[in-house]
Amino acid sequence: MSGRTLRPRVLVVGGGPGGYVAAIRAGQLGLETVLVEAGRPGGTCLTRGCIPSKAIIHAADLFAETSRAAAQGGHLGIRLAAPPTLDLAATMRWKDGIVDRLSNGVTALLRRAQVTVLKGWASFADAKSCTVETAEGPVKIEPEHVILATGSLPVELPSLPFGGDVLSSTEALALTELPRTLAVVGAGYIGLELGIAFAKLGVRVALVEAAERILPLYDELLTRPVLDWLHAHDVELHLQARAGGRSARGLDIETPLGDRFAIPAEKILVTVGRKPNTQGWGLETMAIEMDGRFIKVDERCATSSRNVWAIGDVTGEPMLAHRASAQGEMVAEIIAGKRRRFDPVAIPAICFTEPEIVTVGVERADENHVVGQFPFMANGRALSMEAGDSGGFVRTVAEKGSGRIVGLQAVGRHVSELASGFVALIEMGATLEDVAGMIHAHPTLGEAVHESALKALGHAIHV
Amino acid sequence: MGRYLFRLPDIGEGVTEAEIVAWHVQPGARIREDDNLADVMTDKATVEMTSPVDGTVTAVHGEVGAMLAVGAVLVELEVEGEGNAPAQAEPGASVEPPAPPSAATGESRVEAAPAVAPERTSPAQAAPRTAPPPEKSRAVAGRVDIPIGPRQVFAAPATRRRAYELGIPLQFVPGTGPGGRILPSDLDDFIASGGMARAPGGLAPRTGGEDVKIVGLRRRIAERMQEAKRRIPHIAYVEEVDVTQIEALRAEMNARPDEGQPKLTLLPFLIRALVRALPDFPQVNARFDDDEGVLHVSAGVHVGIATQTPGGLMVPVLRHAEALTLAEIAREIARLSAAAREGTAKREELSGSTITITSLGPLGGIATTPVINHPEVAIIGPNRIVEKPVVQGQFVSVRKVMNISSSFDHRIVDGYDAASFIQALKRLIEHPALIFMGDGA
Repeated sequence: MSGRTLRPRVLVVGGGPGGYVAAIRAGQLGLETVLVEAGRPGGTCLTRGCIPSKAIIHAADLFAETSRAAAQGGHLGIRLAAPPTLDLAATMRWKDGIVDRLSNGVTALLRRAQVTVLKGWASFADAKSCTVETAEGPVKIEPEHVILATGSLPVELPSLPFGGDVLSSTEALALTELPRTLAVVGAGYIGLELGIAFAKLGVRVALVEAAERILPLYDELLTRPVLDWLHAHDVELHLQARAGGRSARGLDIETPLGDRFAIPAEKILVTVGRKPNTQGWGLETMAIEMDGRFIKVDERCATSSRNVWAIGDVTGEPMLAHRASAQGEMVAEIIAGKRRRFDPVAIPAICFTEPEIVTVGVERADENHVVGQFPFMANGRALSMEAGDSGGFVRTVAEKGSGRIVGLQAVGRHVSELASGFVALIEMGATLEDVAGMIHAHPTLGEAVHESALKALGHAIHV
Repeated sequence: MGRYLFRLPDIGEGVTEAEIVAWHVQPGARIREDDNLADVMTDKATVEMTSPVDGTVTAVHGEVGAMLAVGAVLVELEVEGEGNAPAQAEPGASVEPPAPPSAATGESRVEAAPAVAPERTSPAQAAPRTAPPPEKSRAVAGRVDIPIGPRQVFAAPATRRRAYELGIPLQFVPGTGPGGRILPSDLDDFIASGGMARAPGGLAPRTGGEDVKIVGLRRRIAERMQEAKRRIPHIAYVEEVDVTQIEALRAEMNARPDEGQPKLTLLPFLIRALVRALPDFPQVNARFDDDEGVLHVSAGVHVGIATQTPGGLMVPVLRHAEALTLAEIAREIARLSAAAREGTAKREELSGSTITITSLGPLGGIATTPVINHPEVAIIGPNRIVEKPVVQGQFVSVRKVMNISSSFDHRIVDGYDAASFIQALKRLIEHPALIFMGDGA
């Protein structure tokens, strides 16, 4: 391979959910495509983000359920002869198995789309000259189009550099032994998802958050059931608190009143955000206009440099895999000559906390909106799967007058699966009357969507 | 305290009504004597209506654009002392005698600045959408949803995509679905109706627009043009004139000007030629009162000079052109057109012409069909001067040539006379010495 120069139509830098989707779609459209990825195809999402965390969360759920059955002498009539034990290394192997399957699947899909995958680091000398350091030596690439999909990296705190007992989410998802105590810095969705999972696995978890409340970006009503869960499960919560450095006893924190003390922490998980991955690969040589920390793109994901495109986390918020994928698919089609733009009405977001939160579109209604809210407490399916008592609900926000649905949120166990329905209703321009006129399967959690729309129309049946 | 009614004064001979073009006061305003109350337009002059008294405005009558009869109440004032009218039992109810139908009097109490209902920003006016990285303030790890609001078109993704591919801004497509949702069939209908962009290259139809109220000078022009075209059967005549000699003369005079001589354009020469030709065609230098069936033939030559001003076309009048030298004509034209452009022309400077010249100058094309300045019977429109080859005997030479367009009132001027008049003009222009023979110009 060494000394070779490739001149493909498309070079995709980064094999995450943005990059690999762009590459597959480009390949499907008959564009000669090269994908450069130093790690495994799948990127953060698949190898150290969404998928492994959800696997761990599932395992933690199961462990918590069985532990509870054992501890209480039975749950729902199910008894365990002995308390379950956890072999975290085995759990991680199971999780890695899932990651392997998916990553191999992506590799196969790329191959089927006739995408050339180069394993190595890309480095640009200018916008159209890239060198990839592969195990077999450098490969030069001079593509017609470049799609930058370099993603994002966890943000480090100066007082708590990653390494040793200070973990980013990546290391947390690769632990093979459970710490007895874990301090999580940052109560955003990543910190809460992982913190709750570790709490379910029996770790004593403390959350440290600088803002006034957990999940500060979400409407408070939606986060209350999560807060209730944290309280009910003795998860320590320090709000408006600042994390200092590591001390012999754990993590130093400062409370809003100025008190300083250490909370016990064998491990410290820092989840204070993610930053775009824009350094160290030659972005500065490409004459690309920035928008703050992010690469500036237009509605077609075009950068200021001709035939250079950027997608996903590196282009800004919301840093979500499904946004990156949608952009990747779109850019491939634009390069193939189709007329496309990125114009979603709303992008769904989910927190896999306990309980789960899903939100699409307008979350905070004002005087121009009408709102209908329906509690899972009144939903048969929720009660039958122990999802009725968590304080969960579905909320529908519609425009006054037109009745057009502009927001749908839910908090409750398993509500993440309602997300597709929510997005469909909003993107298709459904009105409250539309939802009222649809037959919702019984018994399902989705009935709560129907009821919340009826509530907004003023005639809910079951509440 | 007394009540004072300020009535629209007689602001010019023969003026029976005027148009309100601007208000400078509104009810509640404290004013002093000589403060400007409103601007009204008569014929073509805008006149300031100043207050004869100190007082407080209690009512104004008529919106901008309304016609008000002379003698109708324009402003009601509360003044010290007795005023000039009995106190009113019901404020706001008019005690005025009925005005002519076109006048706006009576109940119409109008604020000086009519309130405009705040417009909802329509999707068409919304700022273009920017792609993802919005909402800096929310840019923290977590999620930020793309805001959804009135700027969003209300259509399903497939409909939006198809519209975008076709270059159709969905904001302009009427939605017939629930809540105004744009259905695929709405898009089909829009395309079928011809609203579709012609090419996929991003060309898009522009729809919408605005309603502009025609007031002031524009309305005056509109009315007068309509009047002229409705009443006068126009006959148009175009002739080509060789201006080589007269241009050479002009250049020579400009190159070595007499003391105090302004720079000469072609216009003073044309006016001198007109003055010279008109005595042989007296019916052309005239005003036709068709109500009375009388043609007022004028001994003096009063030339209307059609002038483009910021507000629109105005026609100041060069009086007694027959008594002015070339230099005097040039100076008077400069003065009049400046006054017209600055809006300082007096009423008498804007009326009384007996024949009009209209020219687009260097903009002018090869021919125009000018509209007669009613109630005159003729208008002359010189066009652009061009150099072109002209056959002269056996030779072809380059000559400066200009077309003269002209329109005549066919009720008064027959085609034969019109042609004869323009031919006479042509002869004078082509042989400029003839213009000056026998006079002291």
